[in-house]
Amino acid sequence: MKKEISFLLNSERRTIDVSSSEILLEVLRDRLGLNSPKCGCDRGDCGTCSVMINGKTVRSCLILAIEVEDQEVVTLEGIMQNGLTPLQESFLKHNSFQCGFCTPGVILSTTELLAKNPHPNKEEIQEAIAGNLCRCTGYSPIIDAVIDLVK
Amino acid sequence: MDEYKFVGKSSVRVDGKVKISGTAQFIDDLDFGPNLLFAEIVESKFAHAIINSIDTTEAEKIPGVVKIVTGKDFPFRFGLYMHDRYIFAQDRVRFVGEQVAAVIARDAVTAIAAAKLVKVDYTELTPVLSVQQALGDSPFLIHPDLKDYHHVPWFFPQTDSNVAHLRKVRNGNVEEAFADSDFVLDDVYTVPRYAHCALEVHGAVGLLDHSGRLTVWTASQSPHTQRHLFAEALAPLGFQHKDVRVITPFVGGGFGGKAGVSMEILGAALATKVKGNPVKILWSRAQEFYNTYQRQGVVARLKVGVKNDGTITALEHTLYWDAGAYVEYGANVVNAAGLSATGPYRIPNIKIDSYCVYTNLPPGGPYRGFGYSEFLFGLESHINELAKKIKMDPVEFRKKNAIREGDRLTYGAKMNPNGLMEAIDKVAKEIEWGKKETSSDPNKVIGKGFSLFWKAPAMPPNASSSAFLKFNEDGSLNILVSGMEIGQGYLTVLAQIAAEVLSVPVEKIRVETPDTDRNPYEWQTVASHVTWGCGNAVKQAAEDAREQIFDLIERANGKKREELYLEDECVRSKVEKDFSLPLKNFIISGIQKEDGTFRGGPIIGRGMFMPEFASALSDPETSQGGHPNVHYTVGAAAVKIEIDKQTGKVKIPKVVLAVDCGKAINPDLVNGQITGGILQGIATVLYEDMRFDDKGKLINANFSDYKIPTAMDIPDLVVPIIIEVAQPDGPYGARGMGEHTMIPAAPIIANAVEDALGIRIKSMPITAEKIALAVKNKSKN
Repeated sequence: MKKEISFLLNSERRTIDVSSSEILLEVLRDRLGLNSPKCGCDRGDCGTCSVMINGKTVRSCLILAIEVEDQEVVTLEGIMQNGLTPLQESFLKHNSFQCGFCTPGVILSTTELLAKNPHPNKEEIQEAIAGNLCRCTGYSPIIDAVIDLVK
Repeated sequence: MDEYKFVGKSSVRVDGKVKISGTAQFIDDLDFGPNLLFAEIVESKFAHAIINSIDTTEAEKIPGVVKIVTGKDFPFRFGLYMHDRYIFAQDRVRFVGEQVAAVIARDAVTAIAAAKLVKVDYTELTPVLSVQQALGDSPFLIHPDLKDYHHVPWFFPQTDSNVAHLRKVRNGNVEEAFADSDFVLDDVYTVPRYAHCALEVHGAVGLLDHSGRLTVWTASQSPHTQRHLFAEALAPLGFQHKDVRVITPFVGGGFGGKAGVSMEILGAALATKVKGNPVKILWSRAQEFYNTYQRQGVVARLKVGVKNDGTITALEHTLYWDAGAYVEYGANVVNAAGLSATGPYRIPNIKIDSYCVYTNLPPGGPYRGFGYSEFLFGLESHINELAKKIKMDPVEFRKKNAIREGDRLTYGAKMNPNGLMEAIDKVAKEIEWGKKETSSDPNKVIGKGFSLFWKAPAMPPNASSSAFLKFNEDGSLNILVSGMEIGQGYLTVLAQIAAEVLSVPVEKIRVETPDTDRNPYEWQTVASHVTWGCGNAVKQAAEDAREQIFDLIERANGKKREELYLEDECVRSKVEKDFSLPLKNFIISGIQKEDGTFRGGPIIGRGMFMPEFASALSDPETSQGGHPNVHYTVGAAAVKIEIDKQTGKVKIPKVVLAVDCGKAINPDLVNGQITGGILQGIATVLYEDMRFDDKGKLINANFSDYKIPTAMDIPDLVVPIIIEVAQPDGPYGARGMGEHTMIPAAPIIANAVEDALGIRIKSMPITAEKIALAVKNKSKN
């Protein structure tokens, strides 16, 4: 059964028919063409599918599309409307990524952190990204990028 | 010292913006339009069984099912180093999860539902789930036809056994040397299987169009090798290499797991059954764990003799590798480890037997470190125990026996120039070796552990790289190569090498991921060899372009070529200070003469590299005579750990790793490899391991049960140290170092645990539980 839902996606009102079983991640990727959220495990373990709903990062592989009715969804694409953010520039400077697969999720998690806590310490950064698995960097370049930005 | 303008500098990554903006496309991000089909695999429930029949009748009735394919459709054997695999299981299955059939449907949901309706009738056989079982008295043969399998000439399968390959290395006389030793230590070390856990799963999309052209998009470290194996495996269907095209977008982590050919063959094969339609196959995370290559487990028996003065006299190292159901790639891990199982030590008498053993577990294969992590756990643990027995400091003991330039390698060739001693000294200083530390918490103890490491690229002797380099109108340029950017920063390093030769800044150089139709040959992006091998090819291509530029200027402007040089994107002259001709003025358009005619044309550079001194031919009984390894990269590492004696939990205040990369083309990228690699290694020793049930089924095929490190699990401090003793045949002296950063992790932790508690743990992983139980048992005794 399809249901029409309407929600704010990266500042644009979108209306789309979804079935009750469709997952937000699939809808964003396969139907709305937003590829920054990735599917790494499909069970909420890895964080590569992170998106923001009303300013909080969530795992879009665990959310039904119908749940975002009238909510505000932001993907990595949505935070770059004025170009790369200073946080992204800091990631570039510190090589805070290697293969780049986890990077959209990591940037969203750290973006959320900085919105709530503009001067996080190392432990707070570690905690903020603890739900985003990265197999390449060993995490410290990510932490360095955030610390360098807020110092 | 500012010898170079671009090499040795930490340039911003050329793939940086595309990755931090989420724009980088991975296999699952490519769009194939509404005609795309989806394939779902019917998998073996058993580790070992005969397939009696496959009934697809019910599945075929489901609307949306386009085609069902089974082993009968592809009775072709193939593989990288040994042809022991089939595209789909034929008469028998050899591991739980093995592909038996595939259902191709219009959408993924239909394919999954229909695959459940395919009925496979099996007769279960006894599964062989350990090397002990596989090698025991009259074992069940997993590959009864082993003797007929085609394989590379440097493999030695043992007929009528489960030994797919035995690498023997012999030099000197170990028996006499043991008799002459003051002390001989004998022990057994075990290492389980591990998973790569790249965040991106494997995937492939195949399309055979109506003209007979087969294109396969893959998440791969090895596009040309994949094309070769696809063409070879599907040759009975009439394909030539020119008909097969492999396109590889960005890869979301490789670590060896996406080397060679694993599930991607399915994308190629299935496409041939649904002509005109692209067909996609994407592994689930669970499949990623149980049906790609896994790092092989090993049981290693070590016997080493020493003199009281600390001289190692002899080593006997017997390695039994649990190589799994198919060893077409994994057997070369066994081979490589066998050739190097002395570690970076000078040992005059050696006897090494490295057994590649078939089991009914998933196929083993390459994983960052390629066998060296596995044997080094035992070897470097053993080195510490030997030092203790002869009452010598373990670092001094290592220095006394460490290999030096010109020393004899196991197979008789000479050790390359290296900075091993410098690495040892710098690591010892950084970790404050010899300074005993105590915790302020009485429940906690502090220990330090040290290890050396080495690794050579394991490649066929003729593994080669090539490069094209083409200029654009504005003097910017594109480099075409077929190595893969798997996160390590390879594209950036190549841009820096070309920049150095041509004086064109890195920002004006584009290097992208390959398409085998457009990009020239590269063997594979494995073995930590691409900076060295492909770097040489790119350097040559840039020099080729430079020489063409000088030719043109000589011809068109009448300058002597030996007086010309490139600087700041201009051709300049050593004798005419005023002469400065920007590349962009002529690099495509040519140089106009007074009569209005032009000289020149688009400059295109070409480069290639093959290590022509390498040879894998040697005496099978001793391995003497060849030159299988091109060079070794060496280094040292140390760790300081704090252990909670009650919980066994290990905290890591500091870890130090020094690696001799010859020349760090981009020091930040080298540091990045160290920081990432050491954590990946630490996880293998502290908590990761693959667990199988008594039927051979992997029981922790997800990230909840197979824990990989999070940001909470990192060491407090990682100190990377770069050593630069030039590799004579490397581009600007560079040699590879990507895998090496993971290799010493297990022994430094094991040695630190022993230092802190006096307990030697001989099996990985060294979990908190294992430590806590060992502490409890020790206090009881």
